[in-house]
Amino acid sequence: MDNDSVKKTFVVALCLCLVCAVVVSASAIMLRPAQAFNKALDLKANILQSAGLYQPGVSIEKQFERISVRLVDLRTGQFSNDVDVDTYDQRKASKDPTMSVALKPDSDPAKLRRRPHYASVYLVEGKNGIEKLVLPVRGYGLWSTLYGFLALEGDLETVAGIGFYEHAETPGLGGEVDNFAWKASWIGKRAFEGNERVITVIKGKVDRQRPEAAYQIDGLAGATITTRGIDNLVKYWLGESGFAPFIRNLQIRNA
Amino acid sequence: MLKMSSAKKTLLEPLISNNPIALQILGICSALAVTSSMRIAFVMCIALTIVCAFSNLFVSIIRNHIPNSIRIIVQMTIIASLVILVDQVLKAIAYDTSKQLSVFVGLIITNCIVMGRAEAFAMKNPPAASFLDGVGNGLGYSLVLMLVAFLREFFGAGSVWGHQVLTPSTEGGWYVVNGLMLMPPSAFFLIGFIIWGLRVWKKDQVEKKEFTISNNSRSEGAL
Repeated sequence: MDNDSVKKTFVVALCLCLVCAVVVSASAIMLRPAQAFNKALDLKANILQSAGLYQPGVSIEKQFERISVRLVDLRTGQFSNDVDVDTYDQRKASKDPTMSVALKPDSDPAKLRRRPHYASVYLVEGKNGIEKLVLPVRGYGLWSTLYGFLALEGDLETVAGIGFYEHAETPGLGGEVDNFAWKASWIGKRAFEGNERVITVIKGKVDRQRPEAAYQIDGLAGATITTRGIDNLVKYWLGESGFAPFIRNLQIRNA
Repeated sequence: MLKMSSAKKTLLEPLISNNPIALQILGICSALAVTSSMRIAFVMCIALTIVCAFSNLFVSIIRNHIPNSIRIIVQMTIIASLVILVDQVLKAIAYDTSKQLSVFVGLIITNCIVMGRAEAFAMKNPPAASFLDGVGNGLGYSLVLMLVAFLREFFGAGSVWGHQVLTPSTEGGWYVVNGLMLMPPSAFFLIGFIIWGLRVWKKDQVEKKEFTISNNSRSEGAL
């Protein structure tokens, strides 16, 4: 058959597509369990890292045994057992109208539009109560939604660390949210003063001489929109329709 | 059957004398993007070599049946399927590295080396030779990439393959890290120097001038 005939062209294109489609989908299906396992492990590693507990070389599963996963009802600010925390999918719930609530524009600085009723939080408890509290946060940067964890110390007022495990910001600019030095600059900053959220990400560098330096974070150079996005998401998740009521309840041991 | 000498030539020629990056100036994009650390660059090299070798092999196997009018898209389909396969495998066995490589594994699809070898070599040569040509070009790419990654990581972070060799001044050592080396433009300079060095050594790689620039002329000559 002539290679350049219409019939041959269609036959070759069809056969090639079939073969490639089978190869691609077979690999995707066969490798999915391993990928899901890696993803879950990566999430746990990120929780440990944001809390400053991660030790390289030790099995992540073993390190994670110290951490208890609990479900919080964001409407009441109380722990809840309404949904099984092991199977709860917060991302899915954020889109499900029966599992989330629409936000009013004035209480929605991060423009998330919907907030799930429940959020999973991660606790490290010691003899004297809570040692670390890790909260899931998300918000919009320039290109993508940033998913991450914000960890608080046992006093529930000081930042213990931050980390984003999923985003697609520009490498070298907004992608510097992964920069270790920048993440380390969060540690020890004041998140709350009294019952007020004070922490904020500013544009440019923080003046370390001024008293505000205790709760200000350097903005990322060349990434104004990502910086603003992170400022907004921190404001939202530590605000009244985020985790603030829950944190207050924890402080008076009423959660 | 392939003769040993010509097989060796097909495999080794792309390393120095016909290097895809240094002579053909292809694949520069990823050479800039993934060379800030050696470990990441190494995974990228393996991924590209595998894709390049197998896309050459498969294109060559069906080369006598590819209609001319759709040959580019046929090559692309094969390359894209292989890249997705490599990406999926990476996600399953080296999740951390695949996260750091992010889009660049996917961008192997548009890497001119892979496409260039499929079109220029595999369409005209038998499968075994095409496979070797793919491996050779992948290795040629890897050679430059690893050299650039070594220089960038060494001067930019004071480490080699993730092991700290020079203690940076930020951690109490004497070495003041060269921040430029961690930024993509530094790879441009380094690749430029490599090409320069190579052409001083191997004069035949210097391109012929397409035109000569005349001496400075007086202003009235321009009118």
